Amino acid sequence: MSMMVKDKKKAHAQQIKDRFISIFIGIFALVWLFPIVWTLWSSLRPYSEIRAGGVFSPPQELGLFNYTNAIERMDLPRYFWNTAIITIPAVFLILLFGSLIAFVVTRYSFKFNVAMLLLFTAGNLLPAQLVFIPVFKMYLAIGDAVGDRRFLYDSPIGVILIHVAFQMGFATFVLSSYMKTIPKEISESALVDGASVFTHFFKVMLPLLRPPLASLAVLMTTWIYNDFFWALVLMSTDNKRPITSALGRLQGEFVTDYNLLAAGAMIAAIPTLIVFFILRKQFVSGLTLGSTKG
Amino acid sequence: MKTAATDTKTVRRRRFFSSRDKITLGFFIGIPTFLHIALVWFPAVATIYLSFTYWTGIRIEDIQWAGLANYENIFFNTPIFYDALRVNVIWLLWFFFIATPLGVLLAYQIDREIRGHKFYQSAYYLPVVLSLAVTGIIWNFLLRPDGFVNGLLGLPIAEAISFFGDDNYNIWVIMIMASWRHIGYIMLLYLAGLKAIDASLREAAALDGATEWQTFMKVILPAMRPVNIIILVITIIESLRAFDGLHHLRRSRWTADSRCIGL
Repeated sequence: MSMMVKDKKKAHAQQIKDRFISIFIGIFALVWLFPIVWTLWSSLRPYSEIRAGGVFSPPQELGLFNYTNAIERMDLPRYFWNTAIITIPAVFLILLFGSLIAFVVTRYSFKFNVAMLLLFTAGNLLPAQLVFIPVFKMYLAIGDAVGDRRFLYDSPIGVILIHVAFQMGFATFVLSSYMKTIPKEISESALVDGASVFTHFFKVMLPLLRPPLASLAVLMTTWIYNDFFWALVLMSTDNKRPITSALGRLQGEFVTDYNLLAAGAMIAAIPTLIVFFILRKQFVSGLTLGSTKG
Repeated sequence: MKTAATDTKTVRRRRFFSSRDKITLGFFIGIPTFLHIALVWFPAVATIYLSFTYWTGIRIEDIQWAGLANYENIFFNTPIFYDALRVNVIWLLWFFFIATPLGVLLAYQIDREIRGHKFYQSAYYLPVVLSLAVTGIIWNFLLRPDGFVNGLLGLPIAEAISFFGDDNYNIWVIMIMASWRHIGYIMLLYLAGLKAIDASLREAAALDGATEWQTFMKVILPAMRPVNIIILVITIIESLRAFDGLHHLRRSRWTADSRCIGL
């Protein structure tokens, strides 16, 4: 009896503690969101008002005028298109190559299985700054060899390839851990039925990989969408660069209308925000896949 | 365990591949591996090689072996290098001892499903999905001379603190900006790991009378080893590639203090 009372007391104390923790984390969370909310609020006001009355001046004009203006100046369709033709093929290739390597490494045994996995995973972790100068030179050299200097350099193909080469490692890592959890019997029976390697992969394994592929697709899309290092280094024509670079267009030569810039930033963030809120669950599960079941 | 062992054995048993299968396997492995090595490992090795040479960067024939001269130059004739190194060390310490543990703590609390945990999870992860370019703009709103913080301090533009230009502030400001994203990322990674941990482990620890802290240190942390390694690597990388955020702020003013090795 006394045990139960003690337990109850303990549980009660824990409850109070939890409430405190919750409030504390909650306040912290609001602080976390504040910069975004503040930028959103500012994007609804004209910059001239702030310059005249300071940041805390009560708003006299509120509206979406900064957004319409930004959309006009950013040449949005072009930049969204630029982003799409980089992101979509890159994500597709990353998933395809990642699952191919994971498939071979986990389903067939070679001497160099572990070495392969290490090669790809470690490659993913190399800092981009370590490789970009030779990549840039190689792109130019290959372009010269083909006869078109802009075959890889300053072209979406080059940016796609470098993303694929880098992120493939992450995809391989996640997918191979997931594949290890798929029972081997499935492969065995496919082989007993005389399936070729090709059928084994495309008809048997690929459908089973749907959950990790979905999560990876979400992650990779946001990563590549948000990248601007490679686009900056490997593309010289502003018109070909992805949406993150279009923000530069909103900056004046001498005076920048910051509230216009805020609207632009929000517009550039909208696709990732939509993806984030719709597929929130995939974000969490995507990162966990295989990380603890190794 | 035993079945797993026999399974691998059966798979290891020699198979007869048709020649078509061999070709398919070759393609499956060959194309991605070629791409990866050509665009990641080859350039990485090339950069290391180039670091031992003199080169104007134009014609390949001009490359001349320099031995350790470049390194000597960096270590002894470039005082800025030590500034950069110092900044990188501060970053590493900050991320290692403050930002990453904070992310882990958050994950731990959110995993206990305290009230509002779903909202918290989204709130903390939100900055991670924003691009660095957007992050730079957002923080500029708080910190520029006529921004929120200076407004809060009641400073007119003429006396405003230049958070990005002043060497006393800029490194900390950028560190906070980077942590804003880093903590959420670590939180999510760790949360994912925690969710995958067997609940019975905790129950067993509680039955044995372990305190919360003991349970975390002795049971959960060791069980999370793979995630811990990933987080360690990410922390180190994150502190080495302080590039993107800095690049976007450069417009404000470029000072020697905020340079880092990555550049």
